[in-house]
Amino acid sequence: MKPIVQYKEIHKSFGDTHVLKGINLDINPTEKLAIIGPSGSGKTTIIRLLMTLEEPSDGDIIVDGTNLWKIEAGGKEKKANEKHLSKVRNDIGMVFQHFNLFPHKTILENCVVPLVNVRKMNKKEAAELAENMLERVGLGDKYDSYPSQLSGGQKQRVAMARALVMKPKIMLFDEVTSALDPELVGEVLEVIRDLAEHEDMAMVLVTHEMDFALEIADRVLFLDEGVIAEEGTADEVINKSDNPRLQDFLKRFRGETVTGQ
Amino acid sequence: MWSWETFADAFPIIITGITVTLGLTITSYALALAAGFIWLALESTPLKIFNFIVYWIREFIRSTPPIVQIFFLYFAWPMVPYIGTSFTPFVAAMLALGIHFSTYIAEVYRSGIESVDKGQWEAAKALNFSQKDTWLKVVLPQALPPTIPMLGNYLIILFKEVPLAATIGVVGILSLARSYGANTWSYIEPLTIVAILFLVLSYPSALLIRQLEKKMNRRFDKKNMKVKVTE
Repeated sequence: MKPIVQYKEIHKSFGDTHVLKGINLDINPTEKLAIIGPSGSGKTTIIRLLMTLEEPSDGDIIVDGTNLWKIEAGGKEKKANEKHLSKVRNDIGMVFQHFNLFPHKTILENCVVPLVNVRKMNKKEAAELAENMLERVGLGDKYDSYPSQLSGGQKQRVAMARALVMKPKIMLFDEVTSALDPELVGEVLEVIRDLAEHEDMAMVLVTHEMDFALEIADRVLFLDEGVIAEEGTADEVINKSDNPRLQDFLKRFRGETVTGQ
Repeated sequence: MWSWETFADAFPIIITGITVTLGLTITSYALALAAGFIWLALESTPLKIFNFIVYWIREFIRSTPPIVQIFFLYFAWPMVPYIGTSFTPFVAAMLALGIHFSTYIAEVYRSGIESVDKGQWEAAKALNFSQKDTWLKVVLPQALPPTIPMLGNYLIILFKEVPLAATIGVVGILSLARSYGANTWSYIEPLTIVAILFLVLSYPSALLIRQLEKKMNRRFDKKNMKVKVTE
């Protein structure tokens, strides 16, 4: 299968901090990929580069055969302009840790506004599509509420509906349960589980939910200090690896979870 | 001393100046609101040095007294080679006050825009909004409402600066009061009338702004907005 996303020797620095140190990664069109790793390992940066929220310092990202950050102009390579980025971005959707819903719009409008303005859909069609999607994430009775009236879990489900109505080929999930109260995590994971089972888009999850990654991911990457330190099926990485850094991470992580609850 | 007769005599004369005073307030405020955006646009071009120069021009205008600017536009501008042209007193005062206040208003807009969470820009980008839609649908609808009380305060301050225009002969309520005084040797009543008119017009506006401010704080999410406003 031809990969839908390819990272080629991707480096990223913020000032003096070298966050990603040569990432090579192929993502298949229907793959469910989980990225785990300690904080500061660069896992969020990987997907932010794909969403064009950050620019790589070096290397190439190829999305569906198109170089994301570079264009050819008169036989020479140039930095991609906004028009090019916007074209590639059309296939990518993202859900954020802090939801980032539009607070001045109702939850229905949150989903309708991008359809009308970006996909140029008419209002009626957009509203229908948005209502179906909100129904699917279990918020069919909240169309006219404002984000501030919802719980964190509900907000995150709206954020997923908003990204999904755009029909991306690649969906990125940036620690989508990290800002939630523990009792609200389940309802959000439930939606992701539903997507993983029924949608054939590529999904990349940056997550701290180990058991969840184990359950739905086709492949897990362990990122450590800016490099992919371990990769394989969830079972291989989480249960069978003898990488000491990974062992250490898992041990600390499980310890934290136990004391945290 | 105080005479109600003089008061009654002066009042109808002075009140005729209210159209000029209010007209000057409204036109220069409209200019300030529009020019405020222009300053910000000129200060965020890709050319850093240009932005820097514009910033210092704005700082310069902001730090000079409005009356100097009124005098400059009225007396000095016609003598500037090539671009100089003479203005009527009303236009000179309107331009000077409008541009002077636009430098404050630009700062108000900036604070509003900066109060919008970074995540909002990122969400707009992830949904592939155009630059235009990002501003019109996402950023400005969140940035502007919290600035309304501040914008209202500047309107009242501007209103109280409008009598400066009397110095170049704009005939508003203050000029009329002064000439009434010069003709009759009674200054107490006409100037009291001017003060009362200013109070009557600006106090209700101040109350209105306070109401707006309360309403803004209640918008969307009380906790959330309070944090944003003070940030």
